[in-house]
Amino acid sequence: MTAARPRTSRDAIRAARAADGQSGTTPVASRVSGVPADPRSAGAPGKLRRGEAGSSVIIRRIRPGRAVVVASIVLVIAVIVGTAVGPADLSPLQVLDAIATKLPWHGHPAVPALDSAIVWQIRLPRVVLGVLVGSMLAGGGAAYQGVFRNPLADPYLLGVAAGAGLGATLVVVSGASLTLTPPAAFVGAVGAVALTYLLGARAGRAGELPAVGGGTSSILLAGIAVAALLTAFQTYLQQQHTQTLAYVYAWILGGLSAASWSDVLLILPYVAVAAVALLAHRRLLDVLRVGETEATSLGVNVPRLRLTIVIAATLGVAAAVSVSGLIGFVGIIVPHAVRLTAGPSYRVLMPVSMIGGAAFLVLADVVARTAQAPAEVPIGVITALIGAPFFLFVLRSRRARQAES
Amino acid sequence: MIGFDGVTVRYGACLALDAVAGQVTNGEWLALIGPNGAGKTTLLGAITRLLPYEGVITVDGNRVTGLRRRELARLIAYVPQRPVLPPDMTVSEYVLLGRTAHIGYLGTETDRDRRVCAAAIDRLDLGRMADRALRAMSGGELQRVVLARAIAQDAPVLLLDEPTSALDLGRRVDALELIDEIRRERALTVLSAIHDLTLAGQFADRLMLLSDGRIAVSGSPAEVLTDAILTAHFGPSVQVLTTDTGELAVVSRRAQR
Repeated sequence: MTAARPRTSRDAIRAARAADGQSGTTPVASRVSGVPADPRSAGAPGKLRRGEAGSSVIIRRIRPGRAVVVASIVLVIAVIVGTAVGPADLSPLQVLDAIATKLPWHGHPAVPALDSAIVWQIRLPRVVLGVLVGSMLAGGGAAYQGVFRNPLADPYLLGVAAGAGLGATLVVVSGASLTLTPPAAFVGAVGAVALTYLLGARAGRAGELPAVGGGTSSILLAGIAVAALLTAFQTYLQQQHTQTLAYVYAWILGGLSAASWSDVLLILPYVAVAAVALLAHRRLLDVLRVGETEATSLGVNVPRLRLTIVIAATLGVAAAVSVSGLIGFVGIIVPHAVRLTAGPSYRVLMPVSMIGGAAFLVLADVVARTAQAPAEVPIGVITALIGAPFFLFVLRSRRARQAES
Repeated sequence: MIGFDGVTVRYGACLALDAVAGQVTNGEWLALIGPNGAGKTTLLGAITRLLPYEGVITVDGNRVTGLRRRELARLIAYVPQRPVLPPDMTVSEYVLLGRTAHIGYLGTETDRDRRVCAAAIDRLDLGRMADRALRAMSGGELQRVVLARAIAQDAPVLLLDEPTSALDLGRRVDALELIDEIRRERALTVLSAIHDLTLAGQFADRLMLLSDGRIAVSGSPAEVLTDAILTAHFGPSVQVLTTDTGELAVVSRRAQR
């Protein structure tokens, strides 16, 4: 016998054939391993036990549980720190008291009106806005990275930043009311992505995989072209109106210093819809990890899925940048940090990126307003200062891991 | 059953398939053979509707153009020649992707989906590796992982594009043997593109020789694997030998000097 101890029926058959001098397509033992008939898998519903019959397999549910809990704890700490830290010297207890005064089921501790106003009208809206913006930038970045299967994708990939910048600049240089800046930035951002998609998807139809709806590369290239075009317009306008240069430049650098509850309410509907939609698609983002062709053959309508996710991510990111300006690096470093620590499955990546992005932006904002107090460092500078070194770290560890395998 | 009639595929000005017609009956293993560029992969791509084509393709009597993607994926499991294997993904995560067409659009997999995948992993002897990342696996193991995903898809038709091209000689037979066993257990209809003519003759019920986008010959291995037919399409270096057990072996020979 060539195989002394056959492990499986296959080995047994092969051994038997070898012993018998046969080969080719001989009839095979009728071991039916159809699912319902397989006694090992038909056992205890839901949970399979390893060890039974030697090789039964357990497939665990992918649960983001622990990573979500850890990220949520970090977010709660970030929110507490973000509310407690500021130029006015309030102790954490005073802050808690100030918060408590507005809670309906609580008594009314004697809190100076000024303290209450600082916490409720200045710090809390700023922190809450940071949470919304950070979650959208990181969640949008993760979504774009998944849908374009490109680790370098960020939420501004398809022209959101250039469009928002142009919209905001138009309002400022035209002398219109500055309250129009957020809506104009939002319209510019959404319009830029729509333009990118129209041009890119149309170009893709003449490309190589038309039945799958055009490759992603034509959309990415269209995004680069649209961003360059809109940025050129924006730069031109900015140079023609030097008296508003500083304001426009500050807007583009981004920041949360002008945050108010009305900003929060303005973007909340978009953020809520985008967050729900992105979280709902996290399993399908995992299917896209095997590429468009295979995702299609597995039963996914890839062009429609891609468009749905891009719309959701774009609405959320456009809403975020319309009130915060163009804060960089959050959308690229947070998803990568989550990948490294919690794993690459979008079932974990999407919720944890959103929570982590919120925490990161709130903490970066704390640094932005305390590092040079009473002046503020633009938050985009802080996120890049942390972001750029981190990005190098991501690249290094990625290379190290590839070298291992 | 797969039927195709008048199937024509163009890449720009290049005619990749020219009015190809044929069928694969239920439970049959049909191997597509032919020289490079003959249109084998293109025909598989047309049947899975990954490429635009003219003509009619039906699976179990349904025109594939009338089916939604998930309906088609429940009928046809497709294993590409070079599957994308995300290095960070584990075996069980990868095999679960096979259930995509059985899971609601925004739903998540059920216990039944997990059981189907566990059975597929088990069937391909990957039980001990279920939690291993794909980057840590050998070519032969990866080939079984991809097959496990296709089995988990639970479709009556299996399309394989060069299922053995990444494997060494011994593993090729192992892999095809396994495919043969599984297709008999599950009464699958198999359509595969395969370069190795000897193995094609040993495993497939019927061979279809494609050449320049047309079907040159179709028939049993003994009918197709002849010196006359093969030299006409593969060149004079190809020769068919018969072993003493009566099997056909196709070999390449260097021209005599």
